[in-house]
Amino acid sequence: MNKTIELHLTSDPPLLSVMRAAVSKVCEIAGFDQLDTSKIILALDEACSNIIRHAYKGKSGQSIIITCNIKPTKLEFILEDQGAPADVKMIKPRPLNEVRPGGLGVYIITSVMDKVKYSEGMDEGNRLLLHKNRPKGKK
Amino acid sequence: MNLKINSEISTQLALLRINGEVDMFSSPDVRKAIMEVVKKKIPKLVIDLHDVNYMDSSGVATLIEGLQLCQKYDGSLRLARLRDNVREVFELTKLDKIFKIYTDVETASQ
Repeated sequence: MNKTIELHLTSDPPLLSVMRAAVSKVCEIAGFDQLDTSKIILALDEACSNIIRHAYKGKSGQSIIITCNIKPTKLEFILEDQGAPADVKMIKPRPLNEVRPGGLGVYIITSVMDKVKYSEGMDEGNRLLLHKNRPKGKK
Repeated sequence: MNLKINSEISTQLALLRINGEVDMFSSPDVRKAIMEVVKKKIPKLVIDLHDVNYMDSSGVATLIEGLQLCQKYDGSLRLARLRDNVREVFELTKLDKIFKIYTDVETASQ
């Protein structure tokens, strides 16, 4: 049986801490330990920060919807925004041997999650699917 | 939720004690505090992260910028007392090999 929670927030950085608290609880329900929970929170935070920074160009008050699906074998997040569509081909993690500020968010997301999929060819907005396999034996 | 930064600055050593969550909302405050030290070219900057319970890549980016600015005048930036989840961000991004990380402020300040 799937369990679903939908989070609606606006593109305001102070709200990211509220999102993190909610995602922490979702991870707890899905049976993740503290270390994996902190990594998943980080990945979601990076994804939302990217929406605020790139899709909405820092504009506050814009819609971000995060659907969290706790499935039997995985925890799935779908992030949807109505901002400028990203060029999916340009979204790549940067090499870590370049020590410079910025550009680490995509690397973190792809390192932490088991699947990362950006929807291509959307008329407006963006849709990002993230999933993490659940620990075995947790239902 | 509010970030607090306590600064103790002398001619040879600056100690920044940060308390709270460092994310895209609060990292500009950390940057401002680091810039105050960098402007004065204090040789050693120690950042105590014991009371930082969360840090994202914007926080890490701010520290990288601080490290590089300190290196420009032969200064050093050192991190102390990282919590496990904050240390994990540095390990994940392999930056634990770049930063000098200490378990206590006293050793970091030497």
